[in-house]
Amino acid sequence: MKNVWNNYRYLFFRRFTQISLLVLYFGANAWGWKMLQGNLSSSTILGVIPMSDPYAALQMLAAGAVLASDLLLGVLVVALFYFLIGGRAFCSWVCPINMVTDFASFVRELIGMNRLTGVKQPASRKLRYWVLALSLVVSAIMGLAAFEFISPISMMHRGIVFGIGFGWAAILIIFLFDLFVLKNGWCGHICPLGGFYSILGKFSLIRVKHNEENCTLCMKCKVVCPENHVLYMIGKESLPVLSGECTNCARCIEVCDDDALSFSLRSMAQNKKTGE
Amino acid sequence: MSRALSDRRKFILNMARGVGLATMGGFIWSAFIDEATAAKLTLRPPGALKEEDFLKTCIKCGLCVEACPYDTLSLAAPGDNKAIGTPFFIPRDIPCYMCTDIPCVPVCPTGALDASSVTTDDKLDINSADMGLAIVDEKSCVAFWGIQCDACYRACPILDVAITIEYSKNERTGKHAFLKPVVHEDACTGCGMCEHACITEDAAIKVLPRALVQGKAGSHYIKGWDKKDEKRLENAKEIKTVTEISKQKAADSLNGDLLEGLY
Repeated sequence: MKNVWNNYRYLFFRRFTQISLLVLYFGANAWGWKMLQGNLSSSTILGVIPMSDPYAALQMLAAGAVLASDLLLGVLVVALFYFLIGGRAFCSWVCPINMVTDFASFVRELIGMNRLTGVKQPASRKLRYWVLALSLVVSAIMGLAAFEFISPISMMHRGIVFGIGFGWAAILIIFLFDLFVLKNGWCGHICPLGGFYSILGKFSLIRVKHNEENCTLCMKCKVVCPENHVLYMIGKESLPVLSGECTNCARCIEVCDDDALSFSLRSMAQNKKTGE
Repeated sequence: MSRALSDRRKFILNMARGVGLATMGGFIWSAFIDEATAAKLTLRPPGALKEEDFLKTCIKCGLCVEACPYDTLSLAAPGDNKAIGTPFFIPRDIPCYMCTDIPCVPVCPTGALDASSVTTDDKLDINSADMGLAIVDEKSCVAFWGIQCDACYRACPILDVAITIEYSKNERTGKHAFLKPVVHEDACTGCGMCEHACITEDAAIKVLPRALVQGKAGSHYIKGWDKKDEKRLENAKEIKTVTEISKQKAADSLNGDLLEGLY
């Protein structure tokens, strides 16, 4: 039992955080709670502290909208948090789509899809940066925040808080895509919001760190990691995971039975050594 | 004839593929958004910017929806056939009840709901809101049949100003009166309380976005009896137009190129 807890403790915390946030947002609309009002696009904590999606604001800027000061303040709060501390933690600790794609990934492994498709993935993980750039171009041309009109993240979150309509179809599309088309397809290849946070959180403080001396090369971490290219140093060098594409989901830490992976704070000395 | 591609060709092909896919995706994406935002029958909360700017500025957070004490507003979900995620209301279900403190407007973080547009003399003034315009379908409104009904008139929050009752003689019976509701464009806020109150099966008075209802005479029409309008003539410049006059005889018009090519 202790082993089970050890191997899933961060997953539990993540699901707890994700679901609690959903419940708080839902309660604000359904029962007038004040803790978290709005949704992931823009919200307030206790009606005082503003939070806004910096990527949505960037698209609005590209579309030629005038950004209000309330919005900018909210953007600053969110952007600073992920820039300084969290890195790409939004993706694995907040985003509701993460639960869908994690489930798809789980089923994929369970039914043996990974063995059917083999290791070679038919798409580049750089795709998300293309989609990110394209979203800004389309925003500028159409005069609208382009990704906000197709984002399955917003559709799911807004749907849960305000009523889903046919939004469940968008969730199903993502699930089927990740299950049958591309492993870690949405979160690991396409999602421009993930791409945005990968860039924004590149220099953040919280990092997973590898201790090569303890590693027994079991490779459980690489199997479970949704962005496994960031773990290139496993069994080779004792290094922190410095790629912005790491979502700090901590799955690698908890599946490691040899204490070779842990959370750490990025230290200046390390940065100098690795040239970051 | 399969040969290995040179590095240069590989590079060029990869670039071409990237640009091609981006162009393709960009057009599909743009076309989808154009369609998805084409819905014209959308009533917005009070203080909303004009539709084009509203779509640009609204971040779809739903704070206005949560602030509304009457559950009037909803966020468009997939399947509502409205610009996705944006707030709207359907007055026949729940109209805007015109709160004097307009709670939905100040909470907007982006200014898509603009408090200054619903402010008169530094005070929020819901009567200056402009969500739409009510129109009466005279064919289905029973007041136009001669049956007494003033449900919309009574429901209107700007009573006897935005909707007035016009009296006229009912020639059919010869001894009764018509009491017909008339909407006044300048005063109507588009709250939809009239539509909500209307007694007919499908409301005979409906609120629609102004752009859909109102016409425009054009600036070249000037009301000679209106002193303010007449002033526009002061700065008017003379425009001379020359119309070419045909040198042919009138009868030739029948024999001209009009029929050419037909036979």
